[in-house]
Amino acid sequence: MQPFTVLTGPAAPMMLPNVDTDVIIRIERLTAGDREALRRHAFEALRYRPDGSDEPGFVFNQPPFRGAPILLAGPNFGCGSSREGAVWALQGMGVRCVIADGFGDIFYSNCFQNGVLPIRLPEPEVVKLAALAKDAAPMTVDLKAQTVTLSGAVVAFDIDPLRKEGLLQGLDDVGLSLLQMDAVRDWQARDRVARPWVWAPVQRAPAADPIRS
Amino acid sequence: MPSLFDKIWDAHVVRDLGDGWALLHIDRHLLHDLSGPPALQAVADRGLALANSDLVFATPDHAVSSAPGRTGMTFPTGGRLWSALRDLTASMGVRLFDLGQSGQGIVHVMAPELGIVQPGVTLICGDSHTCTNGAIGALAFGVGTTESSHALATSTLRMQKPRQMRIVIDGPMGQGVTAKDVILHVIGHLGASAGVEHAIEYAGSTIEALEIEARLTLCNLSVELGARSGVIAPDEKTAAYLEGRRFSPKGAQFDAAVEYWRTLRSDADAVFDREERFDATQISPTVTWGTSPEHAISIEGRTPDLSAVQDAVERQALQTALDYMGLAAGTPIAGARIDRVFIGSCANSRLSDLRAAAALAKGRKVASSVTAWVVPGSQSVKQDAEAEGLDRIFLDAGFEWREPGCSMCVAANGERAAPGERVVSTSNRNFVGRQGPGARTHLASPAMAVAAAVTGELFDVRKL
Ligand code: SF4
Repeated sequence: MQPFTVLTGPAAPMMLPNVDTDVIIRIERLTAGDREALRRHAFEALRYRPDGSDEPGFVFNQPPFRGAPILLAGPNFGCGSSREGAVWALQGMGVRCVIADGFGDIFYSNCFQNGVLPIRLPEPEVVKLAALAKDAAPMTVDLKAQTVTLSGAVVAFDIDPLRKEGLLQGLDDVGLSLLQMDAVRDWQARDRVARPWVWAPVQRAPAADPIRS
Repeated sequence: MPSLFDKIWDAHVVRDLGDGWALLHIDRHLLHDLSGPPALQAVADRGLALANSDLVFATPDHAVSSAPGRTGMTFPTGGRLWSALRDLTASMGVRLFDLGQSGQGIVHVMAPELGIVQPGVTLICGDSHTCTNGAIGALAFGVGTTESSHALATSTLRMQKPRQMRIVIDGPMGQGVTAKDVILHVIGHLGASAGVEHAIEYAGSTIEALEIEARLTLCNLSVELGARSGVIAPDEKTAAYLEGRRFSPKGAQFDAAVEYWRTLRSDADAVFDREERFDATQISPTVTWGTSPEHAISIEGRTPDLSAVQDAVERQALQTALDYMGLAAGTPIAGARIDRVFIGSCANSRLSDLRAAAALAKGRKVASSVTAWVVPGSQSVKQDAEAEGLDRIFLDAGFEWREPGCSMCVAANGERAAPGERVVSTSNRNFVGRQGPGARTHLASPAMAVAAAVTGELFDVRKL
């Protein structure tokens, strides 16, 4: 995973509330399985006209914001489906940081699994940044310092320390958790005794129970 | 002092990671054709095996066709995912409930039905509606692909304990009102982000009176409040529901389990970060008018009056939703002409839903301008419904009777509404394009869906 430290670039304001992950990437685009193509399909309902040409009102279609690495979004961004493809699609467009007053919980977690920084700020702060960002002045997001800087305005943000560390180092959770497998096996051994009814009904005799029942 | 959520959470902490983070044991893991293959593949790509393949269960639902007589390849794009799920579950030792086999179905319909979920377990799936299973008294929540592969490889997740919210609903439900109306009403009042960063518990006399399948419907829409999980304390109904199911504990273990399940309720002095109360007698049959589940109103209600909205951003958002839906501001929702009806999805495709729908459909006809589908939630629902003759009732009334799967809930399987078509759907999401680009979705209960099908418009089921 690519570490996240300091990011500078234009911030595209798109202040619609409740932008769901179906809007970020349609599920059909994920069934096709082409991760590279997600970039073209991100936000397609907002981004293209019915005839396939660019919708000029969509912020990422406006020249100063093409490829902008930061997205200023309305509240509850990324609500809805758990599809991690929503984060991959944003990444495909070049977005590495999203700033909003609240995110869908699963989307929020998925960002950290992919080196994308979601920043929670109160709505008035996001609106203020969106106003300053209109002329595409470069914004700087400094994760270590936990600040967003734009046209002289400096806004501090909160982030959980463990999440922050993971992003700064590009750490992978699976590797870390595999180191804990002894503790997991101990917990399981105790739980098999304490709650046998959780384990016994699903346990398979290796040969007797066909995998496909 | 601990809440139900605390009790389940605390019992599953393998290691406290500080700052509210825990390495949490995952007791049950569900996979479907869309999120299952990439998660399994990611584990295989690292050269790892599953930590506990006994705890993992898979079924195809999202990208398979629901056409009568379908095979895995009927929808070819989805066929690639279907065969990937078959290959990976076989090579990695995961139980698969495949098309045509008993147990196949929408993942959140088959898991309770097979007794895979039980009170007090942790259960995940790479699917946001995993919260459905909270109705059984489990801590059940959706995860992304990376989290799913983490859990496959380690039987754990790194989780940060969320805040807690209790929604208390009291009183009897009125005529024509179902669990679906109740939860849509709640979302309409609290908003689509009220539950963000929270785990929800539902309580109160209304909830206690609900049958298990209705509780599954209610908990299904927890994520439309923004919450990852929504739980209901298990009771005697829960135990009766689970007894004798394929993966339920048996004999003395069942009795021991029931004893334990009785301890799974919030203590009287449990503290919630937020508590909301509703009076069920005030709830009418409810539908959505717009493009977020929070756009829910009584069937007697009107679309929003924009002149009353002060905030310019909010007014613009409402106008955008009205435009997409092809509706004018401030007009009655009842009477809007519809093109399609979809009865199905993990919200409302269980036997009780189909019985309620069939009871109204019996002796009536789907309006000639309407295409109406019934898609049972699982192979077992389909068989049970056919044994009762529900399929005949639907077919005689002019509905299509199809094979179990997600179908038009999500349009990932080639089944979708045309641009501009107005759909009354028993599913859980009315997002822009959810049922196909340009499709206009109104969420409703199965009874309201039948009322719409036979009248050709959004119609108050109490007047049918
Ligand atoms: S029925 Fe719809 S909401 Fe439920 S799992 Fe399938 S796609 Fe998701």
